[in-house]
Amino acid sequence: MTTEETQIADVLKTAENWSKSGRQVALATVIETWGSAPRPVGSHLVIDAEGNFEGSVSGGCVEGAVVAEAVDVIDTRKPTTLEFGVADETAWRVGLSCGGRIRVYVEPVN
Amino acid sequence: MDRSLLETLNAERDARRAAILVTRLADGSQTLVRREDDYSSDPLEHEFRKRFLSGKSGTVTTEAGDAFLTVSVPAPRLVIIGAVHISQALVPMAEIAGLDVTVIDPRTAFATEERFPGAALKAEWPEDVLKETPLDAYTAVAAVTHDPKIDDFPLMEALRTQCFYVGALGSRKTHGKRLERFTASGLDPALFERIDAPIGLDIGAASPEEIAVAVLGSIILALRKAPEPAA
Repeated sequence: MTTEETQIADVLKTAENWSKSGRQVALATVIETWGSAPRPVGSHLVIDAEGNFEGSVSGGCVEGAVVAEAVDVIDTRKPTTLEFGVADETAWRVGLSCGGRIRVYVEPVN
Repeated sequence: MDRSLLETLNAERDARRAAILVTRLADGSQTLVRREDDYSSDPLEHEFRKRFLSGKSGTVTTEAGDAFLTVSVPAPRLVIIGAVHISQALVPMAEIAGLDVTVIDPRTAFATEERFPGAALKAEWPEDVLKETPLDAYTAVAAVTHDPKIDDFPLMEALRTQCFYVGALGSRKTHGKRLERFTASGLDPALFERIDAPIGLDIGAASPEEIAVAVLGSIILALRKAPEPAA
């Protein structure tokens, strides 16, 4: 059974396992949504330094951009907040075509 | 996030314990709050209480800037004691509503795959099943066998473990006798008011199917609106 509302997807387990196996890892979390965002607040994406990822923060629309930022976060070890949406040129380019807006927090796992 | 914090959060989730990860967005600092922690002096106390019930993550504004609350609560479960007619209707309804459902009944004539196709069914005594999978605050218990030998133990156990919903089938008279037995076995009478008896919302349910609707309504009410049990 999956209940997105009440249970974090097992991306957090993946993040722990990747980190334990010596991979450099960042965790992305949807912290705010407006309009018809495809994934709810609290959704996670885990990314490693090579750009491998598990989970989702949108229906596949902005993952590419989040992964690219996450690789930087792994490098700098500084968390950052990203925003994607219809009001944002970048969002159109990366393709959040559903018309929603989301804010994504990206942090390194140390 | 520190890996040790991530490990702690995952351990809490594995143990079916609720926790909230608080992330200060300004500086990335984080703390973990468990449901059983004493957070009564925290400015976010109200948010914590609300979100431990709703299970919803979200951003909150505080004097120290915005904070994101990653809320992790176990998936709600429903344990039905009694593989009876009401249960045959309640199982699919509760599963559609998102509950993880188990039916327990030691009477093998009742607990059959044919009567409960695809359900998690235990043709064992509740005492034995609950030893392996204990009840907890994110579990609802509905006892519907009418048989004290089967119903009493899991009901008392549900009250002791602060199950979010405890329902018992039976008339007021039957329930009165039940409470006498519970008192005799040393259970704190202060817990009795948490029992939903007669079981289910008062919607005039007549058929087993309608009673199942009433029971499911009560469970959702307890899950989403009821105050936390006193700590």
